[in-house]
Amino acid sequence: MAIFLTKDSKVIVQGMTGSEGMKHTRRMLASGTDIVGGVNPRKAGTTVDVDGTEVPVFGSVKEAMAATGADVSVIFVPPAFTKAAVIEAIDAEIGLAVVITEGVPVHDTANFWAYNGQKGNKTRIVGPNCPGLISPGQSNAGIIPADITKAGRIGLVSKSGTLTYQMMYELADIGFSSAVGIGGDPVIGTTHIDALQAFQDDPDTDLIVMIGEIGGDAEERAAAYIKEHITKPVVGYVAGFTAPEGKTMGHAGAIVSGSSGTAQAKKEALEAAGVKVGKTPSETARLARQLIG
Amino acid sequence: MDLFEYQARDLFAKHGVPVLDGEVIDTPEAAAAVTERLGGRAVVKAQVKVGGRGKAGGVKLAADPADAVEKARAILGMDIKGHTVHKVMLAQTADIKEEYYVSFLLDRTNRTFLAMASVQGGVEIEVVAEENPEALAKIAVDAVEGVTPAKAAEIVAAAKFPAEIADQVADVLQKLWVVFVKEDALLVEVNPLVKTGEGKIVALDGKVSLDENADFRQPEHEALEDKAAANPLEAKAKEKGLNYVKLEGEVGIIGNGAGLVMSTLDVVAYAGENHGGVKPANFLDIGGGASAEVMANGLEIILGDPDVKSVFVNVFGGITACDAVANGIVQALELLSSKGEAVTKPLVVRLDGNNAELGRQILTDANHPLVQQVDTMDGAADKAAELAAAK
Repeated sequence: MAIFLTKDSKVIVQGMTGSEGMKHTRRMLASGTDIVGGVNPRKAGTTVDVDGTEVPVFGSVKEAMAATGADVSVIFVPPAFTKAAVIEAIDAEIGLAVVITEGVPVHDTANFWAYNGQKGNKTRIVGPNCPGLISPGQSNAGIIPADITKAGRIGLVSKSGTLTYQMMYELADIGFSSAVGIGGDPVIGTTHIDALQAFQDDPDTDLIVMIGEIGGDAEERAAAYIKEHITKPVVGYVAGFTAPEGKTMGHAGAIVSGSSGTAQAKKEALEAAGVKVGKTPSETARLARQLIG
Repeated sequence: MDLFEYQARDLFAKHGVPVLDGEVIDTPEAAAAVTERLGGRAVVKAQVKVGGRGKAGGVKLAADPADAVEKARAILGMDIKGHTVHKVMLAQTADIKEEYYVSFLLDRTNRTFLAMASVQGGVEIEVVAEENPEALAKIAVDAVEGVTPAKAAEIVAAAKFPAEIADQVADVLQKLWVVFVKEDALLVEVNPLVKTGEGKIVALDGKVSLDENADFRQPEHEALEDKAAANPLEAKAKEKGLNYVKLEGEVGIIGNGAGLVMSTLDVVAYAGENHGGVKPANFLDIGGGASAEVMANGLEIILGDPDVKSVFVNVFGGITACDAVANGIVQALELLSSKGEAVTKPLVVRLDGNNAELGRQILTDANHPLVQQVDTMDGAADKAAELAAAK
């Protein structure tokens, strides 16, 4: 098992024929993902040769789903077109939409998030501005390098892409059930809590590593959720202790506003919920290693 | 991006929110003619992106054009909480009967928008929220539905605006929502929204913050940037498309990925505790690509920071292979020396992940006298802090 993405996932790529889309479609295929099609209305009916695999291009998400049984879409379209692409995926009622695109205006994200709610939340949205998710040895939807680690019993949820890679690398010998990059934007579709809940229910996950960063109160809310609902051990890490107030640190959502959103407050909330919080990524990996024995 | 009051006022006016006539100036002498035009009297208001300017003496009433020149002279150049006043706005005087508060903002927690309104305006709204929370109405606004007449009426009722101005306030709320959406704002706030002696509702002072991710469809927003106030290193980095934030410390930082770079700053600060308290000098995320050119641009900015005593390059090769990054570092150093820039600050490099061995070998072979490698992030941070402290 794994969460959100398994060996049975059939994946389409919105924006496959663009340069980023093509590069990562190639990588996803190479790591064993079942890529069943791409979406581009201007190239509908054609096929694209991706390193010897013929991938059909469809005019819409709906057509692609009807023809292939796809249940996951990975979205690589530029920021100006992301809202329309996600709404198309929601309208088609695809189960999982992974929005890789960085730089999506927050009004657009708030819009497609509200729209998804109106439509009954039939689509799980991951991102935007995220590396996607991977269930090693099964499937890879996004841009996480598949060769860092192998399948194992740690579940990872993280706001940051490179810290995800760093943590997967440090714990590569133990391996991961799934690693979910939820993204660092102010509004995201899948939260720490969603992933924690899924890892709690996943019989193949024994320990959860949760990576947060400054901005918002997602980590504090996750801490409250852990206290109430999570019985598996959780190890945490929070980045941004040295970030100054009022400055955006790379991710659009990574900003300390006044006294809210600080790394210290997040660390304290997690520790109060019984989470072991590492001071550095390496210490966090050591804590995880001790707990999983 | 936070705007000045006069810029917020311009955006309000553009979308039909009632504001008072006014003009922004940057020399005291200009105040005379403007005050004349405004009817002989004016309020002189310091333009700074910080609250509490009234208490600091940054808002004064001028009785006539000559007085306006004097008041403008006193306020221009003033320091308000570390912000120098370079511009003042002269605004029409108003006969204020009541002061209210309205705003729209992003509610991150609930992943929606929020309207806030209160009949207790004119003071810091945080104070109202703290001392008298029931006086501040908070109403969620669905991003798809927006502020319909019914939603505006709901906000007005929740905040208990008096009946005789309810329709006017509802109208202002709908127009303010248009500002919020059409301008891709993260915050629009009017404080105070006033009722005048004639019973008119007017936005007297406002705050707007814009979403820079929307710049691609907001070409007019570039002109709103306060380029003069930007840190010169930050301005240069922005020109080169780099994600850079200047900090106070001595250890220059370059890394890939926002999370890893934030983490690097923290790890350097911890290491600094053992080395005379040195701290990170900046945040710089060179992103996934990390080509030689990007690396050179990044190094150039960091080495150009006189506060920097040592540099820590921390890269985890995920998609990017470390050999490409190592080549980038070598070429960047060559590029800088070919431009005649003497590189004299020590560089500590930590490469891990994809093709780390190859990358490390490239740096070893290049044998640059200022570059040293440490295999772990914690160890490299310690070395960089030690080198910065020794300088």
